[in-house]
Amino acid sequence: MRITQGTFSFLPDLSDAEIHAQIEYALGQGWAIGVEYTDDPHPRNCYWEMWGNPMFDLRSATGAMHEVLACREAHPRTYIRVNAFDSTRGFETTRLSFIVNRPAEEPGFLLKRHELDGRRIQYTLESYATAGAPEGRRYR
Amino acid sequence: MVSQAERYKSGVMPYAQMGYWDDDYQPSDTDVIAVFRISPQDGVDPIEAAAAVAGESSTATWTVVWTDRLTACDAYRARAYRVDPVPGSPGQYFAYIAYDIDLFEEGSIANLTASIIGNVFGFKPLKALRLEDMRMPVAYLKTFQGPPTGIIAERERLDKFGRPLLGATTKPKLGLSSKNYGRVVYEALRGGLDFVKDDENINSQPFMHWRDRYLYCMEAVNKAAAATGEVKGHYLNVTAATMEDMYERADFAKQLGSCIVMIDLVIGYTAIQSMSKWARRNDMILHLHRAGHGTYTRQKTHGVSFRVIAKWMRMAGVDHIHAGTVVGKLEGDPNVIKGIYSICRDSFTYKNLEHGVFFDQDWAGLRKLMPVASGGIHAGQMHQLISYLGEDVVLQFGGGTIGHPQGIQAGATANRVALEAMIKARNEGRDIWQEGPQILEQAAQWCSPLRAALQTWKDVAFNYQSTDTADFVPTATTA
Repeated sequence: MRITQGTFSFLPDLSDAEIHAQIEYALGQGWAIGVEYTDDPHPRNCYWEMWGNPMFDLRSATGAMHEVLACREAHPRTYIRVNAFDSTRGFETTRLSFIVNRPAEEPGFLLKRHELDGRRIQYTLESYATAGAPEGRRYR
Repeated sequence: MVSQAERYKSGVMPYAQMGYWDDDYQPSDTDVIAVFRISPQDGVDPIEAAAAVAGESSTATWTVVWTDRLTACDAYRARAYRVDPVPGSPGQYFAYIAYDIDLFEEGSIANLTASIIGNVFGFKPLKALRLEDMRMPVAYLKTFQGPPTGIIAERERLDKFGRPLLGATTKPKLGLSSKNYGRVVYEALRGGLDFVKDDENINSQPFMHWRDRYLYCMEAVNKAAAATGEVKGHYLNVTAATMEDMYERADFAKQLGSCIVMIDLVIGYTAIQSMSKWARRNDMILHLHRAGHGTYTRQKTHGVSFRVIAKWMRMAGVDHIHAGTVVGKLEGDPNVIKGIYSICRDSFTYKNLEHGVFFDQDWAGLRKLMPVASGGIHAGQMHQLISYLGEDVVLQFGGGTIGHPQGIQAGATANRVALEAMIKARNEGRDIWQEGPQILEQAAQWCSPLRAALQTWKDVAFNYQSTDTADFVPTATTA
C-alpha cells in the first residue's frame, strides 16, 4: 500500500527540485519550514519527531533543502515530511505538509474489529510496521 | 418639534414622524445594522417605507399607543438613517436601519431573526423586501459560541493541509439499502476522497433506517482509513423530527467513532444552535446542508440574501456550509459567491459592494466556517474551482466521482490527482487559470482515471445567467 497522508501523496514522489519549489513557495508566503520524521505513520500520530525546531529565521529554500537531505541521510527508512507553519493571526497552524521520503516497503495497517453489542464494532488501526517492533527498529 | 402630548395622541401617524427615520443618526459601534432592499408600493415614499420597516422590525405597531410612554422608547426604536436608490433598478431602494443591541437576546439567532425578519416581510405598503446584509457588533458576536470546530481545528484533526478537502454525496440519494450505500462510501474514500456525505433528504426512510446506515458507513470509513493511512469521514445526517431523535442519532454516531455529523438548514435556527452545542461538547465537526434556502435567497427583490444566512450560521455555530460553486449546476454569481466565502472565512471582512458586502465586519475571534462547493462540478474544472474558491473549501464531486466510467474508486482518484496536480502547479508559480487544462492533460498522461474523467465530462458546463448578482459594478478608474 501507499500511505496517502500529506498534500501530494497521490502524485509520483516529488524530486528534490520539486521539493525545493514547494519550499520556495512556502517561504514566499512568510511561513516557517519544519522537517519531521517518524516510523509510526498511524493517522492519529500527530507528533512526528522534529528534525530540529521549525526554521523561523531561515529564508532560503536551499538551506531548508539542506535539512531535508540531512534528515533523509540520517533516517533513510522512515517517513519524512516538510511542514510549513503560518503564524498569522487567525491561522497560527500548519498551512502545507507533504511527504518527502518514505520507506521502500509500506505494509500498511490492520483494521482490528472489536465486536460489541447490537452489531456495533469498535475499530482500531494497527500499523504492521509498529506491531512488535520498538521505535527505531521498524522498516528495516 | 411636536410636543410629547401631540406625538402620543391616539391615531395613525406616519412611521417617519414617529421617530423611525433619522437621517442625522450615526450608528454606534454596538448597534446591529441591517440593509434592506425595499420596493415600495406605487405612491409610497421610500423614506416612509424605510421608516415603516424600521418600525415594524422593532417597537412599532400600526397606530400610536400610549404605553410607549412607560418605556425609554426612543432607545428601543430602530432608526432608518439612510435610503439610497438601487443602481439600475428603478423603484428599489437600499434602506439602512440601526437597532440598539438591547433589542436582542444574547446568543439567540431565533430572537434576532424574530425581529429582523419577523413580521415585516408581509407588510402591505411594500411590494417586496429583501434583507441584503447585516453588520453585527463585536459586543453581540461575543455572546455566540460560533463554529464548534472551525477550519483550523478541523484541518488539524484531519491532518490535511495545503489543499481543498474532497467530498462526494452518495448517489442515488434515495433508495439504496444500507449495505449498498456503505459500498459507495468505501469506494469513494478508498479512491482518494476525504469525506463522503449523506444527502439532505437521507434521514430514516423505509428503504434504509438510520442505525443501519450508520453501522455500514462506519465500517466503510474505517476500512478506507486502514487502506490509506488517512483520517476519513462520512457526514452522518442526524436531521430528524425532534431534538430528542437528533440527539439520539448524534450520540450513536459518536459511539461509532464518527468525526463528523450533519444537519439540514430546515431543522431551524434553534435546533441548529442546540446541535452546535452538542458538537462542541462531543468534539464533533458539524456539517450544515442549506436545504431550503433557495426558496428565499435566490430572487433579488424579496427574501433574505444568502450572505446573511451565512453570517447567522457562523454565529449559530456550524463548521461546514454549502456556499456555492460558481461553475456548477446551482445558482452562483462569481462576485456574490466571493462575498459569501469572505463572510465564512475571514477574521475581518471588508466592505465590498461589488461582492455584495455592505459593511466591514469584525468577526471578534469567532472561528472560521468551511464553505462547501457542491453540485455539478467535475475534475476538468479544477483550475477554475481553485482560482475562484481558494484552498479552505470542501469540493464535493458527487456525480463526478460516482458516475466515473471506470468506477467509483477511479472517480475519486481522478479528482484527488487533479486537485494535487493543480495545487502543486500553482505553488510552483504557474498560472493555473490559463494553463489549467494543460496541467490536467499532463497529469492524465500517467493517471488513466483522470484521463477517463476528462474525456467523459470535458464539455459539461452550466452557463446560465445568475439571478442573485451584485448591484454595484466596478467603475473604470484612470490610474
